[in-house]
Amino acid sequence: MSLTLFAVQTLNGLQFGLMLFLVAAGLTLVFGVMDFINLAHGVQYMLGAYLTAVLAKVTGGFFTALLLAMPLTLLLGLVLERLVFRPLYARGHLDQVLATFGVILIVNEAVKLAFGAAPISVPVPEILSGSVRLMDGLLFPVYRLAIIGAGLGTALLLWLVIDGTRFGMLVRAGATNAPMVSALGVDVRRLFTAVTAFGAMLAGFAGAMVTPILSVEPGMGDGVLILAFVVIVVGGVGSIRGAFIAALIVGLVDTLGRSFATDLLKLVMSASTANHVGPALSSMAIYLLMAGVLAFRPAGLFPSRSAG
Amino acid sequence: MLSVRGLSAGYGAARVLFDVDLEVGAGEVVALLGRNGMGKTTTVRAITGLLPPTAGEIVFGTTRLDGSPPHKAAQAGIGLVPEGRQIFPTLTVEENLVATAASRFGPPRWTKERVYDLFPRLRERRRQMGSQLSGGEQQMLAIGRALMTNPKLMILDEATEGLAPLIRREIWSCIATLKAEGESILVIDKSLDALIRVADRHVVLEKGHVVWTGTTAELVADRAQVEKRLHV
Repeated sequence: MSLTLFAVQTLNGLQFGLMLFLVAAGLTLVFGVMDFINLAHGVQYMLGAYLTAVLAKVTGGFFTALLLAMPLTLLLGLVLERLVFRPLYARGHLDQVLATFGVILIVNEAVKLAFGAAPISVPVPEILSGSVRLMDGLLFPVYRLAIIGAGLGTALLLWLVIDGTRFGMLVRAGATNAPMVSALGVDVRRLFTAVTAFGAMLAGFAGAMVTPILSVEPGMGDGVLILAFVVIVVGGVGSIRGAFIAALIVGLVDTLGRSFATDLLKLVMSASTANHVGPALSSMAIYLLMAGVLAFRPAGLFPSRSAG
Repeated sequence: MLSVRGLSAGYGAARVLFDVDLEVGAGEVVALLGRNGMGKTTTVRAITGLLPPTAGEIVFGTTRLDGSPPHKAAQAGIGLVPEGRQIFPTLTVEENLVATAASRFGPPRWTKERVYDLFPRLRERRRQMGSQLSGGEQQMLAIGRALMTNPKLMILDEATEGLAPLIRREIWSCIATLKAEGESILVIDKSLDALIRVADRHVVLEKGHVVWTGTTAELVADRAQVEKRLHV
């Protein structure tokens, strides 16, 4: 385990964590404000990726595609909210899970029909291609640094909105006590529509940003969704700050675990055992982390509901 | 101003309110009395749209409110200070006041500064989180938050419950101030003495029925009868 590899994997973990944060941010607000479980949130990530991939082919420019894809993912979020989510608010979580799981199946199939099951690849935009030397023997792709920058920038923007605007106050208030916000004269349904649409756009943005480094394929949002749920449970449902910290922790634990678990285990057990246990343990690492957090802080690291 | 007729409501199969009639005129302070579990808070929840009534009509000014969502009641001009205060714990004191502030009927009578003048303690604690306040301060904040919606009618549900005597007195003097300013108020409380001082009319609920109603003078004359219905 060299220091360079460790540094590279830390940056990769950071980049992964920031993308998870963009997906988890919308999920935690939707779950927190309206107590609505939206499994279809991963679909928004996939749609963001597909829209960007397809538009990049059509227009020939990644940034043009990204700019066009954002309002489209916002619109898709609005459409899903109107058609599917709205009738489900008054229902129980089981109905919500079933219906939004149905959305995953339908959209995954629809994407397969429209664009085929084969992965689509998107070239890294010219201006962000290549690598930079961060330190001796440490080359890191510029594009991944750009993702880290974009993720941090979005997190900062989100923090400014949630912390500094009246809309943000209402979102925070709604996450702790939505009926009371409503009883004070705010139409929480409209608030929720706005939150859902922006959440969809953030997930779509994450999907768009990863197109040059991951393959764009049907079902690509499913794994991300599960990780995003881990993030919001660890961070505390309804808390943006919690989602940010938890996303970074999950991203780092997952990435570093996969790279170094085997090496670390070799220090305490035989090489062949470590080769078996390492990969198994590293794929469980974030779930162990979640179980650990839940055992000591059942409401997550930054609970938004129980305070007071 | 507020007219409730034949109101029935309940939770699932359990019916809590039976045919409740209630009127609050402009500038009037009406007290809703009764033992615990007799339907006072359920009445408030039905009026504010938090619990859809099963029968009856609720008219506020010219607006029909029964069957409307809570924000319609608030937009029509009802300011709710709910049971248990329910301030927003993750917002600062100032944010609690500002987040849902509105002035729907002309220039605002209540601003942040006026609320701070009414409760100077809130000004001192303006940057603290709602969760860091004492019970009395939370109650002041809940009243201030409702005033910031510049309502035509304030509903105070158990605003002095569980507070120290000194804070209670402060809350009652605030209610008296609001009354002197011509605010219409529906107040729920258990302290008959305090209500006699501040309210114009009284409505007593028992097991979801209105069992006594009258003016303060009538209440004083009939006090023994009414008290029997308030104490176990």
